[in-house]
This record gives sequence, structure tokens and C-alpha cells, in this order.
Amino acid sequence: MSDFSEELKGPVTDDEQVETSVLSGAGMHFPWLQTYIEAVAIGGKRKKDFAQTTSACLSFIQEALLKHQWQQAAGYMYSYFQTLEDSDSYKRQAAPEIIWKLGSEILFYHPKSNVETFNTFADRMKNIGIMNYLKISLQHALYLLHHGMLEDAKRNLSEAETWRHGEKTSSREILINLIQAYKGLLQYYTWSKKKSELSKLDKDDYAYSTVAQDVFNHSWKTSVNISALIKIPGVWDPFVKSYVEMLEFYGDRDGAQEVLTNYAYDEKFPSNPNAHIYLYNFLKRQKAPRSKLISVLKILYQIVPSHKLMLEFHTLLRKSEKEEHHKLGLEVLFGVLDFAGCTKNITAWKYLAKYLKKTLMGNHLAWVQEEWNSRKNWWPSFHFSYFWAKSDWKEDTALACEKAFVAGLLLGKGCRYFRYILKQDHQIFGKKIKRMKRSVKKYSIVNPRL
Amino acid sequence: MDLEEAEEFKERCTQCEAVSWGLTDEGKYYCTSCHNVTERSKEVINTDVIPNAQIKALNRGLKRKNNSEKGWDWYVCEGFQHILYQQAEALKNLGVGPELKNDVLHNFWKRYLQKSKQAYCKNPVYSTGRKPTVSEDDLSHSDWASEPELLSDVNSPFLESEMESQSHVHTRKSFPISKASQSETSVCSGSLDGVEYSQRKEKGIVKMTMPQTLAFCYLSLLWQREAITLSDLLRFVEEDHIPYINAFQHFPEQMKLYGRDRGIFGTESWPNYDDIYKKTIEVATFLDLPRFPDITEDCYLHPNILCMKYLMEVNLPDEMHSLTCHVVKMTGMGEVDFLTFDPIAKMAKTVKYDVQAVAIIVVVLKLLFLLDDNLEWSLSNLAEKHNEKNKKDKPWFDFRKWYQIMKKAFDEKKQNWEEARARYLWKSEKPLYYSYVDKPVAYKKREMVVNLQKQFSTLVDSTPTAREKSPSSFQFNWTGEDTERTCFHGHSLQGVLKEKGQSLLTKNSLYWLSTQKFCRCYCTHVTTYEESNYSLSYQFIINLFSFLLRIKTSLLHEEVSLVEKELFKKKYSVTKKKSKSKKVRRH
Repeated sequence: MSDFSEELKGPVTDDEQVETSVLSGAGMHFPWLQTYIEAVAIGGKRKKDFAQTTSACLSFIQEALLKHQWQQAAGYMYSYFQTLEDSDSYKRQAAPEIIWKLGSEILFYHPKSNVETFNTFADRMKNIGIMNYLKISLQHALYLLHHGMLEDAKRNLSEAETWRHGEKTSSREILINLIQAYKGLLQYYTWSKKKSELSKLDKDDYAYSTVAQDVFNHSWKTSVNISALIKIPGVWDPFVKSYVEMLEFYGDRDGAQEVLTNYAYDEKFPSNPNAHIYLYNFLKRQKAPRSKLISVLKILYQIVPSHKLMLEFHTLLRKSEKEEHHKLGLEVLFGVLDFAGCTKNITAWKYLAKYLKKTLMGNHLAWVQEEWNSRKNWWPSFHFSYFWAKSDWKEDTALACEKAFVAGLLLGKGCRYFRYILKQDHQIFGKKIKRMKRSVKKYSIVNPRL
Repeated sequence: MDLEEAEEFKERCTQCEAVSWGLTDEGKYYCTSCHNVTERSKEVINTDVIPNAQIKALNRGLKRKNNSEKGWDWYVCEGFQHILYQQAEALKNLGVGPELKNDVLHNFWKRYLQKSKQAYCKNPVYSTGRKPTVSEDDLSHSDWASEPELLSDVNSPFLESEMESQSHVHTRKSFPISKASQSETSVCSGSLDGVEYSQRKEKGIVKMTMPQTLAFCYLSLLWQREAITLSDLLRFVEEDHIPYINAFQHFPEQMKLYGRDRGIFGTESWPNYDDIYKKTIEVATFLDLPRFPDITEDCYLHPNILCMKYLMEVNLPDEMHSLTCHVVKMTGMGEVDFLTFDPIAKMAKTVKYDVQAVAIIVVVLKLLFLLDDNLEWSLSNLAEKHNEKNKKDKPWFDFRKWYQIMKKAFDEKKQNWEEARARYLWKSEKPLYYSYVDKPVAYKKREMVVNLQKQFSTLVDSTPTAREKSPSSFQFNWTGEDTERTCFHGHSLQGVLKEKGQSLLTKNSLYWLSTQKFCRCYCTHVTTYEESNYSLSYQFIINLFSFLLRIKTSLLHEEVSLVEKELFKKKYSVTKKKSKSKKVRRH
């Protein structure tokens, strides 16, 4: 009830909203009101036993699926089919999709089920109404793919592609694109196989030209099939990847770059780290200038600061001439080591140790402090505890040395991690440790002299 | 492809459910919205244009089919009559005496038709609506109100023969209200008066509905003083021993149902105890029935006998029976006047025999064990110790042990019941549809469901759960060989009773009332049952018994309160003044 009154007040306090709704007159609406009206309408009426038992049946099926009791689930499914005849038209229309999802799940795992049973089920479900034909066709094809039946899957997709019933809607258009793209992906697979065949053949081989012709034909079909889909906002990683591979193979670098740039930078697309990775790898292959590479990775850094490409990013930044890039280079390293999965990454620690020293030598104490301020509360126990010192030393001495150096620089020579490593006697690292001690004395940001 | 020519084809497309047809070059219908081509061809009226023998034949075939599709002309009340007939047959098969069907139910039904002015009277309702269009001659034939005996002939199924003779009349005389003209309009029905019937609202007339058929059955059972309680009857309905859900599917082939008939004969809920109980009284009052035969001590519905039955059912000691009899006597609930149903009395009300008997048992349990989550357990400790020491004697009743066994059995039963309900198949083999336009869609859906079920039935565990059980008024069996389930029937109550002089007293001298105050008004309304306010043992017992009777827990709680009200009449009159002490001393 409190929510109700709060929501009631909501639009009134907001002057702007009231004005617009008053102006629009008939367009005035209270979205919360509808739900209350519905709740009231349902509240007074007793649910029919049919609705009660079928919803109980649904939860029994879900429970059986959760427990992997496929036979049980199939038994309840037997009764659940009657929802297709529900007298409530809203529920009746929703039934085919629910039944398809549950039924295909059961048939996927049921010990007595096989491809044939699945096919029969899918064909039946496709033809109940017209709403689900495409979706089921696509999932049917994926099932066939899973069972290695590429040809059947392809035939299925072709059938779905040419299926024309009822009105065209935008959601259906996307489905058709998706179906075509999957078909394209299958064609890519054959193409890719042919390509590797081609690479094994001698150019003078009499079969070479026919195979090459084949390869060419395939790529053309595929590009038609895939390109439509990847223009629609969405996450299309496998499609983009194979499409670009083919474009590159035929030397259409501009085309490939355009696709990748669009995929990574178009704002309508959901944020997708892979898009930037693909673009970066492509640009790297094309030997693009450093500044371009940096700008791509900068975005990836904002999305996934722990990505393994960040170390490459750091190297690029370090080599850059710009001072701001140098500062960013430090940030990136700290950022990588914030993540629990990267704590044992020796390269990262090595880079950080070196770069810290370099930065401090270059009189950029402020940069280091800026990074350190936000971390000084938790890094000591996260990275530099006594426990870690012991276990790091035992597991990976080299890592322990790098970490000790960083610890010394950031926390001073009194830090436990640093002291523990220092105390250890090691023939190979002896010299290194000594050097480290000297550097720490000289550059540590915790300077007793200050 | 001529769209205009295809206009007369009005069925829904089986693919997309639209009604928008075009004609292909071969004369077949295709859906303009989804391009689905049907098997049906256009009836070629002018055969001269296309002199094709095959099409002619097809044309004739279709026309004949249409005629048979029309079915017989029938009235809604005939449908109910058919259902009542089936229900009576089913009851006979359950062991109820044949007089119930032949005399009692038959007479009730005749009386109903008369009272509701549908038959056996001078101006039946049906004749008024059709008078302007039907000639006098027709009336004399078709007015089945004048047909003297509806249910009299036991040997030949009364309906079939009658239906046939009637349909002959109608087809011969060609009724003015033709099916064709009806199906053109949006509202229609398979029965002649379905549309009118569903709209009819007449004050003072009880309209027949599906639940009402059960009220009729129960009234006849009550009249005959048969050994079937209302909760038994409803349980048999749920277990499909008595036709109710989809009872219409056993109608003769020629009685077509669709449109409004769907709302009249199709049900998607099981009957509800309270609802049927109220309807029974309503029907009995409407029929103006005289006082029912007396419920005496030798009747099954007498609390003493029902208590014995339920004590056996829930595995309680037989010795408790003398206590329940005592309570019955003290409350006056065994009196003939209290028990006998008299619809013409000032306040028509009948006793909920089964609920009342169970409530008496609950009261006795409260008297013996208090059920405050404390005393029953300490008494159990005593019994346990005693039983360990005296293994040869008749064992003392141990409440804890009983609870453990009952809890397990009850949970299992309830789980099975819930699973069986979830598996229940509601839809009939004859799908109900709204109109002729929807018919092919409904039939196609049915076919699909059947096919899918066929496919999945091969995937089900080969040992089907034994759902098909024979009807029994007992749901539990304690006297079987199962050694894990101790039978407590022979256990003694010695541990909870003590001798004082010549009489036995309960060791427990406390009691708490399920309800403190009753409404002052006549509504017998009792404060609602809020589970969490009561002890766990009480909750368990209420849950157990209300499950047995398939009623709501609040209904049983209410009945318990009513029994207590009778038993502690004095106390209640005192509490009216003081209204404070919760615990009441007994004796």
C-alpha cells in the first residue's frame, strides 16, 4: 500500500511530467495503474482447477528436469500438452513455446530419445500455429549440428529460409537473418575445409583449379548470407569472425576493416569486448600504426581492464612518445593486478616493477601516488601479506622477487613481504635481491627522509 | 483466383486461424494470409460450366455431410437429463440401490422440470419463444412436455430412444429455427436453446448447472440414506468414478455441442464441498421437498457410525468410540430432529455429516491429549515406557508413534494426490468449440495433442503408476500385512484415562476452545482459522482430516468450534459476560 501511495505522488511532484501529460490529454497514462487493476480483477476470482493443475504440472516438469529425471518429466509432459487447448486464449498462445522448450529439453537428454524422435517432435511443434516456425526451425538445426548432422541442418535452414507464411514482422525478419547467417556459417565451415584441402594441393595439380573454384563460390554465397545479419545490432562473434576471415582471404582488406570497425564502434551495438579484440588483431596483422592500435585497446581497457591484451597495451603505451601515454601505461598495469585472476601473472609484476622504477626515476612520483592512494588500503593484504610472501617464494621464486621489489617500492623497506624475501638466501637471485635493495632504498615512495 | 467466390467458405485456416480464403485454379481454397491450401474444394453450383463428374460427386458428398453435421435438435435440459442419467448409473455401479435412479432421482428431476416450468406443466417455457413460428400441429408433436414418462423405462436407456423419436419429428417437420441461420450469427449453440438458456435470468428459478447435477445426486443419496457422504461423492467425482468433467462426451453422436453449450456443459473445475452443500439446500428448497427420512442411530450418516468409520480411517483406537458417542450424546448431535434434513423448515439447513463426525473426533482428541504441543508428548512418554515394560499386554496408545506413522502416510498420500491432480487430463475427446468456424481448428488442435501424447507416452517409465483404483470409501488401509505401519485400532486408552469411583475420567483436566467468541448474528460465522495461532499438533490433525474430506481447513475448524459451542454451552454463556479465561475445566 505504501508503494501505491508513493507512486501516486510520483508524477505530481515532477512538474515537467505533469505538464506533458496534461498537454497530451488523451495520451495521459499511469503505467502502475494497470497492474493494480489486474491484481484486483484476479484477486476476487477463484482460479479454475484446470489452471491450477496445469501450473502444478509445469512445476513438476521443471523439478524433474532439474533433477534429471527425464522419464518423470516426459510423464508430466503427457498431461501438459493439454495447455494447447486451454480455453484462456492468452495462455493457449503461449503454450507452444513453453511446450517446445520443455519437450526439446527432455528429448535432448532422454535415454530412449533419438534424432528421429526429436525430428518428429520439432516438425509437429513447428506447425502448431505460425508464431514459432522459424524459432523452432533454427533450434532444430542447432540440435542437428550438435549431433554432427551438417547436411540435415543445412537442409533445415534452407527450408526455414524459404518459408513464407503470414505477415512479415520485424522480429521475424531478424529470425530470417539469423537463419541465413547460420546457413552462412555452415557454408563457411565447408569453405574452410576446402581451403585447407587447397593448401595441401600443389598448384600444378589438375584438381587445384576446380577446388579453387569451389572455394570461391562458397565464399560468395556465405558473404551474402552473413552480411545481412551483422548489420543488425547484436553480438555476432562467430559470424563476424568467419566473415572477416573470408574477406581477408580474398584480399578485401577495406571491406574487412569496415565490417570490424562497424562492429566495434557502432553505438547501436551492445558493448562487446570481442569486437575490439577482433579489430585490434586485424589491425595488428595489417601492421597499422601504433596510435591506431592504442586507440582500439583504450576502449577495451575501459570494458575489460584485466584482459591479457592489456600487457600488450602497456608495451605500446611505453613505447609511445606522448607523456600521457606513459602515465596511462602505469594505470593499466595497476589495473591488471587489481584482479584476483592476475595476481600470479609474473609478466605483469615484472612490467610493474620495471616501470615503477622507471617512472620514479623519471620524477613522476605524483603518478605513482595517484594510483597507490586508492589501493593502499587493500593491496598490502591482497598481494603483500606474509602468507603470500611465503607461498610465492615456495611456488615461484622469480615471481616473489618481482613482487618484493614492487612491495618495497610502494610500502618501503619495512614491509613484511619485502623483508621476508630479503631474508631468504638464494644463489641465483642473490645478486638481484641486492640490487633490488639498493633501488628500494633510493626510490621507495615511502621515504623516511621526507 | 477469385476472392468473391470464396466468401462462402467460412472455416478458420488451420495454419493461421484467419478466415480469408481465395480460390486456386483447381478450385481449392487457399488462405490469403498464409497461403495454406486446403483439401476442400469449392462446391460447384453450376455444373454446366465445368462438366466434371468428380466435382459433382464431391459436391454431393459435402452436402450430405453438412446435413449430418447438423445433428439432432435438442434442449439444454435434455443434456442435463442425460448427465443425471449417467451419474445415476455410475452410482448404481458403486453399489447404491436401483431405487435411487428409478424412483428418487427421477422424481426429483420431474419435479424440477415442473417447478422450473420446463415440462409437466401447462405452459412450458419453450413453447412461448417459438409460438409465432410453430404451428399448432407441430407443437403437439414436438412439445415433449406432454410426453408422460421421461425416466420410467429402466430397461431401455430412456434418452437414446426418446432422442431418436424426437429428431424424427423435427427433421420431418423442418423446424423454422434452422441451424444454418444460427451459425451465421456470432453467438450460437449446438442445442436449440443454448443461447437463450445462458442468457436466461429468472428470479426464483434455480437454473441447472453442472454443479447442480451433483446437488441432485446428493439429495437422492440423502433421501435414500445411502452410505455415501458428500465428501465421498465429490471424491468419486474427482477420481472419475462418477461422470462430471466432460460428461457431455458420452452424449449420443447426434447431439452436437458447441458455442454456448461450452459454457453450460464444459467445466474446468472439480466440485467444491461448500458450493455443492449450498446448492443442495437451494435445490431442495426450490423443489419444496418434504422432510427427509429420519436419520436414526442405525443409519450410516449418524455421527456414531461415521465416527467409527473415521476412527478406523485415521488409525485411532476403537476405544475412542465410546468417547465420541458420549460427546454426541452431550451435544445432542445424535438426535433425529437435529440430523434429519427438512427443507420446508423455517431455516433450511442440513448437517454436514462427514465434517461434523470428524469434528467430534477432533474434540475428543483435544479432551484426551489437549493438543497444546506439550501434554500429548508427555503422555506419549508414559505410554512408551509402559509399553516397553509390558510387552505382552494390550499396548497403550502412544500419540507420538501414531503421529509419526500418520505423518508419513499422510504426506505420501498427499504427494500422490497432488501428482495425480497435476496429471489430470481435462480435455475431452470431443473438443468444444465456439462456432462452426472454429471447428476445424479445435479438431486439429485435439489431433496434435493426441499425437504429441502418443509420442511422449513411449518415453514414460514403462511401469505406469497405479492410478486406476477401484472406488472405496476408505482411503487408508491399516489392517494389511504391511508391518511397518502399526495398526492402532486395538490399542488401549488406559494411559490417558483414570478411574474415579465407577466412572472413567480423562487424566487431562484442561481444555482450550478453538474459538473464543461467535458472532451474535445468525450467520454462524466463526472467527477465521489463522493456522499459526494454533498448536502444531492441532494443525496436523486439522490438516489430516480436511485432506481426507478434501475440504478447506477453515471449514473443519469452524465445525470443531460449533461442536465445542454445543458441548460447552454453559461456558460460552459465562464467557459472554466475562470473556477472559482461555482454559475451561471439564466436569
